[in-house]
Amino acid sequence: MSKLLKVDRLTTRLRNGANIVDGISFEMAAGETFALLGESGCGKSMTALSILKLLPDGVENSAGEIRLGDTALERLAEREMREIRGGRMAMIFQEPGLSLNPVMTVGAQIAEVLALHKDMYGDAVLVRSIELLTQVGIPDAARRAQEYPFQMSGGMKQRVMIAMALAGEPQLLIADEPTTALDVTIQAQVLQLLRETQQKSGMAMLLITHDLGVVAENAHRVGVMYAGQIVELATREQLFAKPLHPYTQKLFAALPDAQRNGHTLAAIPGNVPPLGSIEQGCRFAPRCDRAWALCREQMPELFAVPGGAEVRCHLYQATGGGKNRSATATELKQTALAARPESNSQNPLLQVEDLKVHFPIRKGLLQRVVGQVRAVDGVSLSIAQGTTLALVGESGCGKTTLGKALLRLNQPTSGQVYFEGALIEGDAHRNMMQMVFQDPYASLNPKMRIAEILEEGMAALHIGNDSAERQAHIDELLDKVGLARDSKWRYPHEFSGGQRQRIAIARALAVSPRLLVCDEPTSALDVSVQAQILNLLRSLQQELGLSYLFITHNLAVVEYLAQEVCVMYLGRIVERGTTQEVMRAPRHPYTQALLSAVPRIDGAGRQYVSLGGEQPSPANPPQGCPFAPRCPQAMAICSDKFPAMTHAKGGTHGVRCHLYSAEPN
Amino acid sequence: MSFMPVILWSDALVFLLIAAIVAAAVHVRKREHLMLPWKRVARSSVALVSMLVLSVFLVIGLLDTLHYRAALPQNGSEKVYSPEVLSAFDALVGPLRTHTEKTYSAPFALHLYAKESMRDAQDNVVREYPRLQYGGTHLADEAERDMDVLQRALVGMLAGTLAGVMLSWLLRRRYTQPALTIALVLLAALIGTIMNLSAAYHVLGTDKVGQDVLYLSLKSIRTGLIIGTLTTLVTLPLALFLGVAAGYFRGWVDDVIQYIYTVLSSIPSVLLIAAAVLMMQVTIDTHPDWFDTSASRADMRLVALCLILGLTSWTGLCRLLRGETLKLREMEYIQAAQAFGVSSMRILSRHIMPNVMHIILIALVMDFSALVLAEAVLSYVGVGVDPSMISFGTMINGARLEMGREPMVWWSLASAFVFMLVLVLAANLFADAVRDAFDPRLNRTEGQA
Repeated sequence: MSKLLKVDRLTTRLRNGANIVDGISFEMAAGETFALLGESGCGKSMTALSILKLLPDGVENSAGEIRLGDTALERLAEREMREIRGGRMAMIFQEPGLSLNPVMTVGAQIAEVLALHKDMYGDAVLVRSIELLTQVGIPDAARRAQEYPFQMSGGMKQRVMIAMALAGEPQLLIADEPTTALDVTIQAQVLQLLRETQQKSGMAMLLITHDLGVVAENAHRVGVMYAGQIVELATREQLFAKPLHPYTQKLFAALPDAQRNGHTLAAIPGNVPPLGSIEQGCRFAPRCDRAWALCREQMPELFAVPGGAEVRCHLYQATGGGKNRSATATELKQTALAARPESNSQNPLLQVEDLKVHFPIRKGLLQRVVGQVRAVDGVSLSIAQGTTLALVGESGCGKTTLGKALLRLNQPTSGQVYFEGALIEGDAHRNMMQMVFQDPYASLNPKMRIAEILEEGMAALHIGNDSAERQAHIDELLDKVGLARDSKWRYPHEFSGGQRQRIAIARALAVSPRLLVCDEPTSALDVSVQAQILNLLRSLQQELGLSYLFITHNLAVVEYLAQEVCVMYLGRIVERGTTQEVMRAPRHPYTQALLSAVPRIDGAGRQYVSLGGEQPSPANPPQGCPFAPRCPQAMAICSDKFPAMTHAKGGTHGVRCHLYSAEPN
Repeated sequence: MSFMPVILWSDALVFLLIAAIVAAAVHVRKREHLMLPWKRVARSSVALVSMLVLSVFLVIGLLDTLHYRAALPQNGSEKVYSPEVLSAFDALVGPLRTHTEKTYSAPFALHLYAKESMRDAQDNVVREYPRLQYGGTHLADEAERDMDVLQRALVGMLAGTLAGVMLSWLLRRRYTQPALTIALVLLAALIGTIMNLSAAYHVLGTDKVGQDVLYLSLKSIRTGLIIGTLTTLVTLPLALFLGVAAGYFRGWVDDVIQYIYTVLSSIPSVLLIAAAVLMMQVTIDTHPDWFDTSASRADMRLVALCLILGLTSWTGLCRLLRGETLKLREMEYIQAAQAFGVSSMRILSRHIMPNVMHIILIALVMDFSALVLAEAVLSYVGVGVDPSMISFGTMINGARLEMGREPMVWWSLASAFVFMLVLVLAANLFADAVRDAFDPRLNRTEGQA
């Protein structure tokens, strides 16, 4: 097969001399999907922008060749490059909300591409745009073409972006994290759409992602990037069967799932090094547990191993220090932890009964209440001492609102919360429950030092008598979360994302709470760092007997960390049970669809339950079962009545679905 | 003691402001993350050059703020001080102030700009342009003037250049940017030239009552600076407190504050200021016993003008801060503090205020030039500073008649224009550099390293 895109020793650097992309070479054939896999800050997006010659200010292409077919892109002038962009090459960006012009109809935006690259005018443009929108699965395309981006949902906007990219009939599509901002079920739809269009049009796709699951679903060949270099090049089958580079191996090992339940995850210590900080030796050496002297002195070359894969590691070089790779290749550090405490539902630590959080919608001059956003609509749950309850659902289903309502950051509209059997009212329980937030970059005040951040809660709740006592406690907390004691005199901007999340956990622990509400604490972090934080949360649970309410959309984390799961949809819990029950034998159609939408790295044997449409607005929920409009198994009764909780035989596995209402309890 | 220090109200407020700036500088120097944007400012050559120009103005303004009353020659046992309040700047430029001609004279002129009846050698009455009392009196032959001006200019320029080179050599450790060195030398040369020339000539001419226009322009600087800086002392607490409170508490607090500033900003501001100034003027005029010198009365009017300008111009910053606080209050660190039950006042002072400081700083630096211009406009309209106080506005106001005169007197207006332009341009360029350095939305690559 002829090569469509050839990138040879591409180097991109900052004006100050640091190389962001350092000597990247790869090739792509027509109809092939090549995935660039790596953590944030390793240069994936910069590689894509270099190919398109769309580098931001202060970044320049310093060396290397890029050939698209017979054209040498690096020699083209900006005017000629404009012909290529959108015509022979197109790009889809991560955030669909930001990549469409809000003041143009989507039809007009597609028409722009057609006029520029296909010389189409008048009615032909209209017909073709509607055709494209239909092709990407937008129903009622003729009407949708006249709509503005704000009238569309996130998944719909990403489809429009794909339609725009396809309009120029490109030979190469660059997709930069195309599904990262989308929900799992929408992600599955978009990935499938990308696969189908690629098969139909035969274009090549450069897929940039940090998600091993997405790679497993879509890619033919994979380049693993680390600190600006490709460290491993392999086909998907090779990579998933036998990852060669220690970094790739660790990435796999760091993925949480049910098999590793009960073990600590093999987290990679440290962080991705800052650009240009390592000048000598292998860039992964400081984090690699199999590095030896040579690794720190000499940078390994990308080296072809028998079988066709290429890897940048001294372990595989013929002269590689005499290490036996077969003995070490699959060795993973796994420490069995003590058995988890059994869930004890007789004596719950926290009990929530029929909690509702409604936000009024006000309109008009007099601000009259015209409706309610039913963010949380009658949720009951209980968490036992020392256990973890995972709350799973897509964005907008009210899971974060529920977490905040427990801490009274939102005022609940109705319902009761009991802590150790006592009804909670007002602020009296601040030292019992605390919260760990999603974004470690937004949850620490950038103008306060770590010691001040940690002391704030203690001071507010009058814990510790004087400053000295609190400082001692702060030292203890920093030890607990694995940070150096002297870091308390520093400011948050000096820490990486993972370290910041440790600080956020230490802040919550400062007032010795019994329950932590963790609101997606790892979703803003890289896979390797995510594993560190999950390990920390588990060891803290064992050490301190904490209970967690773990809010997440990442089902793999649920299997690793939680004993019980509640699945939430549109403000209500639709299924609950132990992790085993819900993850292995889901009963609610929504849970089944959710589980099947998650891209699995083992790939095989997955039965995909396609879910049409998107979650409706909680301001205007559908009558009856909120899931009925999207449910593949909906019946007449579903749109009439919201089903009651039906329990299966064991009594722990409950589901709210009419499919099971008829069954005897 | 041969003089008595006088601290006028505006002087006291300036000292307060300086103390606040010094305290803030000490605070910032100790914290590296606060120093970072200032280091970025120091790396920009535009910022350094405009700061250099501004600092010349600032030094003149500060010297002009140290007021005193000189002792009169004694004839009794009691010490008597002159009713005239002078400043350190007046003492420094002594002759410039005291060399007053009879009326208008053009720049570098040797003669007055108006004919007078004089008796010539034959004792005939002739109408002639009389020689100036001070300007160029050292010249025996009037034809030598051009040569003499050139010579003095060159000598002054050389001396100034020399001083500039020496100064930049002294500063070579701290500042290495070539743009700054060039600007320093050029500025020093310019100052040297003007200083040397002004010793013998009226470089910018004289005004209606014969006062040196260069002296007037230099004295106007203090008025402009005071209006530009002291007004912020009034604006800042109002805008900061109300804006942050409106954004954080929302609900009825937000409604009340929003209504106040919407109403205030829908009244034409000149009208509002004129009404307030006229009222204040009447109050001051009916209580002459409150002030012991005319300078202190004029000064009180200046301070009152700052107060009025401040009370009418806080709305813009307030609106800006409200918006920023609305954004900040949704940040997770604020919610984390709320989860600990931290009090609202503490959240405002510990979490929100430090995070809006960059906006305040940018707004203040940008407002400065607007206020200097506002003073000129108000004084022109006649509702600005006291007519006895020298300011750009009063100079321009005077030019109203001068421009209609035949032949026209252009130099007062021109020098007020040039001085104000340089001051405001330098302030604007500096404000731009500060904005760039503090704006978090600008992409920077240095932060990642």
